[in-house]
Amino acid sequence: MEENELEQVKEETVVENAKKPSFFVAWKKIIRYSRPWYVPTAFSFIFAAIAAILLLLGTSRIEDMVDYIFAGVLGDPGAHTRVVEIGIVLAIFYGSMLVLNFISQFLIAGVVGGIGITLRRRISHKVNKLPLGYFDKTPVGDTLSRVTNDTDTISQAMSFAIVQFVAAVTQALGAIVFMFIMNWLLAVVAIVTSFIGFALTGIIMTKSQKHFDKQQEDLAKVNSHIEEYYTGHTVVRTCNASKQVSGEFDELNKELYNSNWKSGFFSGLMMPIMMFMAQIGFVAICIVGGVLVFNGTIGFGVMATFMIFVRLFTWPLADIAESLQHMQRAAAASTRVFDFLAEEEMEDESNLTANLENVKGQVEFTNVQFGYKDGVPVINNFSVSIPAGSKVAIVGPTGAGKTTLVNLLMKFYKVSGGDIKIDGVSINDLSRESVARLFGMVLQDTWLFEGTVRENLLYNNAHIVDHEVLKDATKAAGIHHFIKTLPKGYETILDEKTSVSAGERQLLTIARAMVKNAPLLILDEATSSVDTRTEILIQEAMDKLTINHTSFIIAHRLSTIKNADIILVMNHGDIVESGRHEELLDKGGFYADLYNSQFAS
Amino acid sequence: MLRLFTMFSKRDWLLLVIACGLIVLGVWLELTVPEFLREITLIVTGGRDGDIGDVWRYGGLMVGFAVASMITTVIVAFIAAIVSSSHSARIRQRVFGKVGEFSLGEMKKFSIASLITRSTNDVNQVNIFTIMAIQVLIRAPIMAIWAIMKIVGVSWELSIVTIIGIALLVIVMTIIIAVGVTKFFKIQKLTDNLNQVARENLTGIRVVRAYNAQDFEQNKFDKANKDLTKNNVTVNRALGVFWPFFGFLMSAMTAAIYWVGSWVIDSGRTDEPMYFFGDLMVFTQYSSQVIFSFMMLIMVLVFFPRAMVSGRRIMEVLRTKPSVVGAKSEVPLKMGNGNIEFRNVNFKYPGAEENVLSNINLSVKKGSRVAFIGGTGCGKSTLVNLLPRIYDATCGDVLIGGRCVKDMSLEELNTHVGYVPQTATLFSGTIKSNVAFGHLISENGAREITDDEVVQALKTAQAWEFVSKLEDGINSEVSQVGKNFSGGQKQRLAIARILARKPEIIIFDDTFSALDYKTDRTLRTALAKDLAGATILIVAQRVGTIKDCDQIYVMDKGRIVSFGRHEELLKKCDVYKEINDSQFLKEGGK
Repeated sequence: MEENELEQVKEETVVENAKKPSFFVAWKKIIRYSRPWYVPTAFSFIFAAIAAILLLLGTSRIEDMVDYIFAGVLGDPGAHTRVVEIGIVLAIFYGSMLVLNFISQFLIAGVVGGIGITLRRRISHKVNKLPLGYFDKTPVGDTLSRVTNDTDTISQAMSFAIVQFVAAVTQALGAIVFMFIMNWLLAVVAIVTSFIGFALTGIIMTKSQKHFDKQQEDLAKVNSHIEEYYTGHTVVRTCNASKQVSGEFDELNKELYNSNWKSGFFSGLMMPIMMFMAQIGFVAICIVGGVLVFNGTIGFGVMATFMIFVRLFTWPLADIAESLQHMQRAAAASTRVFDFLAEEEMEDESNLTANLENVKGQVEFTNVQFGYKDGVPVINNFSVSIPAGSKVAIVGPTGAGKTTLVNLLMKFYKVSGGDIKIDGVSINDLSRESVARLFGMVLQDTWLFEGTVRENLLYNNAHIVDHEVLKDATKAAGIHHFIKTLPKGYETILDEKTSVSAGERQLLTIARAMVKNAPLLILDEATSSVDTRTEILIQEAMDKLTINHTSFIIAHRLSTIKNADIILVMNHGDIVESGRHEELLDKGGFYADLYNSQFAS
Repeated sequence: MLRLFTMFSKRDWLLLVIACGLIVLGVWLELTVPEFLREITLIVTGGRDGDIGDVWRYGGLMVGFAVASMITTVIVAFIAAIVSSSHSARIRQRVFGKVGEFSLGEMKKFSIASLITRSTNDVNQVNIFTIMAIQVLIRAPIMAIWAIMKIVGVSWELSIVTIIGIALLVIVMTIIIAVGVTKFFKIQKLTDNLNQVARENLTGIRVVRAYNAQDFEQNKFDKANKDLTKNNVTVNRALGVFWPFFGFLMSAMTAAIYWVGSWVIDSGRTDEPMYFFGDLMVFTQYSSQVIFSFMMLIMVLVFFPRAMVSGRRIMEVLRTKPSVVGAKSEVPLKMGNGNIEFRNVNFKYPGAEENVLSNINLSVKKGSRVAFIGGTGCGKSTLVNLLPRIYDATCGDVLIGGRCVKDMSLEELNTHVGYVPQTATLFSGTIKSNVAFGHLISENGAREITDDEVVQALKTAQAWEFVSKLEDGINSEVSQVGKNFSGGQKQRLAIARILARKPEIIIFDDTFSALDYKTDRTLRTALAKDLAGATILIVAQRVGTIKDCDQIYVMDKGRIVSFGRHEELLKKCDVYKEINDSQFLKEGGK
């Protein structure tokens, strides 16, 4: 047991050591990044520091104030006038402190906003510069949390925490100086009692950490249990498993209750302890101060002033601890953000100025090779020549490399060997933008954004103002009537509240591709998420779309591609067969197998 | 929200009463500590006779009272932790239990995501608020009133200073809230909006690039970004007023009390200036204690709106009556002839205008295989859902063996009817725990599913071929939502789960669409062989899956448009022919 704990301690120190350099490295980056805001930040710091000093200066005047009041008690007639004078000085000091603090906060809020907005903008810019491969291997939620949570943590810590830190350090150090100037013994008493209180808090925090960890762990267990069984609700119900599941839940809930009240208790202790710290410092000053006053070593005013100083010294200590925590968190967040910003970008293509005009749509693959990872080829040696205007179907089992082929064609990924030419021009000589301009695309997951139907259809082709063009496209796609039934027709905003079925969404994306009217088309599993009757509608729309366009169609259901001019049958990254539907069937090879398996019963 | 607090147990209430007593005691102790300061002040300033020993003695009392006061607050913190944790555990349990009673209708009404948030996050919000409220909510007003009363007893002038201080704090806070509240509530909305725009850009990254729409997206993002930042800066500035003001007030109050106190002495308003001087020292302490506890109160109140919203959301769940409730049937378990019958069944979703199912009449003989086919939204899934009472028919009767399903207990019904949904659901655990999921009742009461039955079910479901290859066989681990298995494998395990229950009636609700054609076929062959005698209802998209069924019902717009065997339907039913043709385009034809 003891050994175990030792092990743990060792591990923790190792982790600490590993963290330390990264904390400073991270903060170095943050500080460098925030260069444009140095001036307002510096002013904010200076104002906060001056405010802290004003507070201490003002408070040190309490000594005289109290002494004059006491003189008044003893019957000095001029004493009250002096008290009023000091009162006016204090009003000025405290008032200026308040104003300076307001200004400091006002400035820093602007800095927080500035850092936040530019960090987010840079991340968003970065998104457009990263190769598609990054997004294929990184979950969307991960990138999203960098955009919002992490930038928030950084900008908050960057500003509020640091201002708090600066002000608190100034105040604590200043308080020490003032206290020693007034009376060294009372100063020592104030500092020692505060540190005892602080050490106590520290001990409790470390002791309670395991309860917090346990509570988080138990909470996660309960949450995932809830998530799992709510999602599988129908199964739980129809399998008579409610009791079994509730039993498990009760167990977990009980565990959570145990760790929950413990951690709740420890965090609830913070307030009593803080209050006690303030109390005990105050009491110590009362006793020692009382004795010193009794002996005539100090005036009563000194003791009264120390009653306040002990508070002005203790409070910033808690603030310092808090802001350090913030900064630690910000360091972690900034590592994530700066790592993202440092990801390798796509090649610069500003030197590629070739532009294809009046594209006919002849496509040629020569010895194309490609792998997402080095040494794991997905496309081995792919060559085919496709005449302009033909309808090409790509079929094959999952993992055969169909979608990869499309990714290469659209230059989403770069070929590692061989070449792809459109109308005789290698896509390596074309910028990604000019390649993209040549293609219309309809994908399996029907991507629409929150905006009006018109905006979705015109997506980035806002120069098309002619409503007829739009209407022709939607009519051809067979979706015009549906759009008309929407509450505001083409101006209806598509969001979660508008009920648009999977099939209708797909027809909208087809219409979008028609509006773009690009010479080449890619239809990737465009019908796999709809039922067979809707599929017929989509099929008809796609047939209209593909007229006079070179089109690449990837499909699961082989019935959708029977009238293709060329069927490329892929397996393990190679074309194993190619030809027209009848030819391939007659051949009785891979394709015929694939085709027949769906009819056998 | 307040209704939630009726959920405290008797023990909790008792503890709360004790806590209240302790809080009053604690306030008394804390307010007494400065009283000793007056004594010390009097002694050291010569206002009263005493020696250095008295100073130490009073000092000792101060320490004692301070420690005692801390002990009361620690006990209150302990009670607060116990009460709020057991309270939230109870809420969590009730919500979970309640959701267990819900039918799919209620699940959809709330949405699963929302129910999860309500059972987890919302309960935590209430928990955090309760624990703080117990500690602070009662304490602050008691402290304020008591302290002011003590000051009033000596000098109304000084009590006015204290009251003005509290009033200023409350006024400033109110102004901040009044100014910032709309902006404050907008934070979440604007953050969601930014997230939404960023998410769209990421999920549609291929489309964005194919349309060269990076700048278009960037502009949208910039706008959302600007809106959010602008709002946040305003909110931060409003809040930035508060902390400096609090610090200012703490110091200014002391100075003000000294100032006014000096005036009271100077103008001869006090008979005993020496004592009054001692009181001044005490009152400066009181004023900071009062301001401090009000500060705490305000901090807790900031959490209140959030906790209230959470409480309301929890109550919504608890107040919902489940729409499908099993009968308390004591009738022995007999399936009778086991025929299934639908009599004039209509179904519509609550609040909807149109029927999903209209006038359904059908009867299925025990042991036969029946299929339902039709386009999306034709009602075929809804129809079979009425049998295991995932939904209840709006009107008309659904009968099994001549008994209405509503007259059976849910346990009994579920023992006889097995239902395999379209999307396979696996739970974390083992393959065995997944297949032997839930319990069965028989004439002899509850019984477990044996390992042999599990293996047999896996074999029939064509899952044994991959399960047997796993190192731990049926004890292999299944991770959450079955992430470690492919879609087709999950579907076969889900099928095995129902087969292991050996129900007389099995419903496959579009279960086979996720399987490839080959597995679909072998699976159906195995089912036909191993499940002879069971009644099977299949909802399907592919004609191939159901070609050989005894009876096929073709549905369109919530009605049965035709029924019969495959060959018959091809001749007489246009809808069926259309579906068939879309999947079996003839050679060379278009």
